[in-house]
Amino acid sequence: MIREEPAFKIKNANFPLFVVHIHTTDFDKLKSELEKRLHQTPDFFSNAPIVLGLAAIADSGCTPDFSGLVAFMLSLGMRAAGVVGGSLEQCDAAVRAGLGLFPDTPTRPSPLAPPDQDEPPTKSTQPLQPELPGFEMQTEKTLERNESEKVSPDDDIQSIQPDDPSTEPHFRPTLVIDKPVRTGQRIYAKGADLVVLAIVNAGAELIADGDIHIYAPMRGRAIAGAHGNQSARIFVQRLEAELISIAGCFQVFENGVPENVRGKPAQVYLDGSRLIFQTLPG
Amino acid sequence: MPKVIVVTSGKGGVGKTTTSASFSSGLALRGNKTVVIDFDVGLRNLDLIMGCERRVVYDIINVINGEISLKQALIKDKNCDNLYILPASQTRDKDALNLEGVERILNELKESFDCIVCDSPAGIESGAFMAMYFADEALVVTNPEVSSVRDSDRILGILAAKSKRAVDGLEPVKEHLLVTRYAPDRVEAGEMLSVTDIQEILRIPLLGVIPESETILQASNSGTPAIHLEKSDVAEAYKDVVARFMGEEVPMRFITPEKKSFFKRLLGGL
Repeated sequence: MIREEPAFKIKNANFPLFVVHIHTTDFDKLKSELEKRLHQTPDFFSNAPIVLGLAAIADSGCTPDFSGLVAFMLSLGMRAAGVVGGSLEQCDAAVRAGLGLFPDTPTRPSPLAPPDQDEPPTKSTQPLQPELPGFEMQTEKTLERNESEKVSPDDDIQSIQPDDPSTEPHFRPTLVIDKPVRTGQRIYAKGADLVVLAIVNAGAELIADGDIHIYAPMRGRAIAGAHGNQSARIFVQRLEAELISIAGCFQVFENGVPENVRGKPAQVYLDGSRLIFQTLPG
Repeated sequence: MPKVIVVTSGKGGVGKTTTSASFSSGLALRGNKTVVIDFDVGLRNLDLIMGCERRVVYDIINVINGEISLKQALIKDKNCDNLYILPASQTRDKDALNLEGVERILNELKESFDCIVCDSPAGIESGAFMAMYFADEALVVTNPEVSSVRDSDRILGILAAKSKRAVDGLEPVKEHLLVTRYAPDRVEAGEMLSVTDIQEILRIPLLGVIPESETILQASNSGTPAIHLEKSDVAEAYKDVVARFMGEEVPMRFITPEKKSFFKRLLGGL
């Protein structure tokens, strides 16, 4: 049977985008500063779509004149494609002005990185482990998860690659490992949660963009929220880890895991820039 | 079905070659037609331990390069009728090995041998990889100390991820733990990891424990595999290992300190 090629296909794609975070409700000031900045590098944007970051003025109660702003930016070669992080009124006004709405989780400036900083939280407040995948791609240019990121082709890495990413754009099945994860092995659950049912030995590395669950002794490294998901958590049946990291905030345990959680079922989550270790009922 | 068994460890100096020699001798003594291959190209040792170093003319690299037939390179062991040795080359390096050549040799050996024991070099580089790639079973030799255990853990990870069985999606390589140089009294004194500690980390079935013993050095220097040294602990321990490998139920020995007799205690007290 010959299937006719459909007229179009909808596919999930991720492009690098610039976010212009607006820090003032004084739009004349904004315009003049934009003009001044782009005067030096007039081709900087060259019609690249940009996103207006409204998080810093979301609570100001002020609704910008988007049509005027968009027209002004266009004259500078900046094509505003949408807004992110605004209040309901601001989003409403943006839509009326023909702008799109971006989901405001991953790129929204967090309390960790005040909006006046150009660096993402993982870079600005915490030292980096450059060899870990997931850290090097986290920049303000990245919108949501960067799908094009390549993992180094080490045979020890197991990552999941769904057959057709277009059908499930934002959902990937949990990666389940049921064999011991041994020293030197690195498991990466790309864009997904990771569940390990066997022992994780010292020198082994678990990395997930989502949560990590280990139903066995955990003696290696666990890196959750590798792409900056600050709500990622790590759940361990027996915490004896060497290193725990969530969204780039990490802690090493030179003298072992703190007494109160050592060897116990525990969860780890991020509170601001602090990792919280909490025992779970056994 | 002929079996390919790799003796490996990651770390050097833990007793891989000693074990390869005694284990293959033990298999042969039990009537298995056995060949033991030295994969440590460039640092040939197995022939010394087996006491056949003066009979080495050709080696595994000559066979891989097709210069001679496999039969010409095989050396018959002086102690066991069923045992042959395929020595490594001393003048080449590990890059002279290649997977196609190794596979061809193993397939040819499978036609006439029951057990093919591959003595792996230390490390995780090409030589060790060649030795383990085609393995059906693995003897992971570990000393009761942390670095050895970690290296064994690494090797187990590689076996599970990169061996031919793993790559082809066949039944995984069957893993056996062999703890060597074990000194129960030092374990009791807390100076050494216990067998339980090691198993807690590696989590593979224990095939045996070889006690630390001076006879090993004697055996090596005299070119006689330790299993042939009558009445020594080491020989007994290796015989137990072979028996367990053949599927017999043998209780573990040499894991608790020897009970000192009244006289020894008296003398020790003096």
